[in-house]
Amino acid sequence: MKKKNVLSAAIAGTILASAAMTLHVASAAEDYEAPLNEWGQPDLRGVYNFSSNTPMQRPRELGTQEFLTLEEVHARDERLAAEAAAGDGQSSQGGVGGYNQFWVEGAPEEANLRSSIIIYPEDGRMPARVEGAPIAFGGLGPDYNGERPVRVTVGGIAKDGPEDRGLSERCLLGFNSVPPFAPSMYNNNVQLFQNKDYAVIYNEMIHESRIVRLHDKEHIPEGIRQWTGDSIGWYEGDSLVVETKNFNNKTQTFYGTGDAGESKTLIEKFTRRSDSIVDYEFTVIDPDAYQDKIVGTFPLVATNEQIFEYACHEGNYGMYNILQGQRVEDGTWDRENNRVIGQ
Amino acid sequence: MKMQLKTLLAVTATAVAVSALGNLDQATTEAQSNQSGSDIPRTPTGKPDFNGIWQAMNSAYWDLEPHEARHGPMLALEAGAFLAVPPGMGVVEGGEIPYKDGMRARQVENKQNWLERDPVRECKLPGVPRATYMPYPFQIFQAPDATLITYQFAGADRIVHMDADVEAQVDSWMGTNNGSWDGDTLVIDVTGQIADTWFDRSGNYHSGWEMHVQERYTMIDANTIDYSATIDDPLTYERPWTINMKLYRHQDQNMELLEFKCVEFVEELRYGALRAPGSERGDGVTPIF
Repeated sequence: MKKKNVLSAAIAGTILASAAMTLHVASAAEDYEAPLNEWGQPDLRGVYNFSSNTPMQRPRELGTQEFLTLEEVHARDERLAAEAAAGDGQSSQGGVGGYNQFWVEGAPEEANLRSSIIIYPEDGRMPARVEGAPIAFGGLGPDYNGERPVRVTVGGIAKDGPEDRGLSERCLLGFNSVPPFAPSMYNNNVQLFQNKDYAVIYNEMIHESRIVRLHDKEHIPEGIRQWTGDSIGWYEGDSLVVETKNFNNKTQTFYGTGDAGESKTLIEKFTRRSDSIVDYEFTVIDPDAYQDKIVGTFPLVATNEQIFEYACHEGNYGMYNILQGQRVEDGTWDRENNRVIGQ
Repeated sequence: MKMQLKTLLAVTATAVAVSALGNLDQATTEAQSNQSGSDIPRTPTGKPDFNGIWQAMNSAYWDLEPHEARHGPMLALEAGAFLAVPPGMGVVEGGEIPYKDGMRARQVENKQNWLERDPVRECKLPGVPRATYMPYPFQIFQAPDATLITYQFAGADRIVHMDADVEAQVDSWMGTNNGSWDGDTLVIDVTGQIADTWFDRSGNYHSGWEMHVQERYTMIDANTIDYSATIDDPLTYERPWTINMKLYRHQDQNMELLEFKCVEFVEELRYGALRAPGSERGDGVTPIF
């Protein structure tokens, strides 16, 4: 289970935290009644996997078609698998190679027949950006032109210092666990905890515990900003509703846009649909980034497996290698004395 | 509310509890009011209710063993009193950690090189039991199936399996944690810890995988936990040894476990020597004075 990382700090944890999933998918019953916990709250506790083959944005040709048939989902997934197999293990920048299909978590096709994760705007596409809103898309390819702070999770603007790299490469935030969490290549696991006064959203990716205060109607003072914001919550029927504000301005609002700081509000809703599925819905509101709100949803599928510790920073040898490798490339590495020239 | 106070006073005779009365939050008061012959809060299932924000109040994080005040490390002399080591009576039963023959020397060397070697300096996860008595609060979220303990320092956390006996599959910084009840005592058995953590700033260490830590949490009143941890590591010690201390509930009305992602504060320490010549420090947002 222990694997050494040679690719990216995003997988630099000392432990490969991807749990083998035993999925128990059941179709939702119209008359399903969510069980209550000992405090009389809808019982959401458990470990869930949110892997998904569903795209964030709906293919334009589908218009406002929200759902696919199981056959259509199967055809889509087969096409994606074939494309992935064709490029399996290749690196976007050559060299030693990149992720292969071993790393990619799949999802049970019957768990999500939606044509996109985004369900509002009605076309399932991102709304128009606000003019002047910061935009940056990282990725595993070459660095992009930009300035600090680097708000993307993967990729970066340069390799002069650690601050030039993306947040997941620095082990500050996981690439699938920045609120709202969203499906990504691997490690799509979350555990929900509840007690009388709190709920906790625990993302396996870089062991992120987001504490939700149920007893509080007010957020922390404006002047206190946090990477994952400040979360308060309440129950509405069978749903846990979480409102998060007070993000710092060192992350993006959502999907490559915005700076999250003062203007982002995130509303999340957790609703148990069946014994094996909790529906997760998120609404991102940031009038400084997007001209409309964004609503998305995907299922959290219960699993009997356990969350592992994803200790990212502790084993972030990737960052040393990225920086030292660049010093060698740019000719500022003193090989004889094993240090940067002039230091 | 009057009724709750009456009930509370009736069941809380000790001076400690009375002094805490004014600060008890509503949840604690309600929980206590439901007691019958017990002065500790309980969950609806009848178990002692450890939910809350807790912190140790001692000098164990400097040194588990009895120690007098001493200079901080040479590199920290500029910090003056801030990094001088305060004295402490120690928390180890019997006083000394029973290192095997020849094993004490490594601790002494660690202690002499504390600032350079202590893994926590680099914002690494502190391990168990050290996370418990770091000078930072931690919060317990208790449930019958799984209890989460999350620590402010480095966002460390550990999931305690209450309904399954999970075998460690791989070593980890915070270990594999299995919980059980011994009467009203929450017992947590921790195995599978990585060898890279220490117990304190004095370099007390362990072997990692072979170590078994058994923690015992016993609530002695609504705001105090009797905490002990027994460390069994036959590769390092002659016999199992135990630390004891009290853990105290945070009672400030606005107390919350705020985020302390220390990773960004140690990047210069870890990677500074690899910067491009002339590269600025910092992300341009969080000031470095």
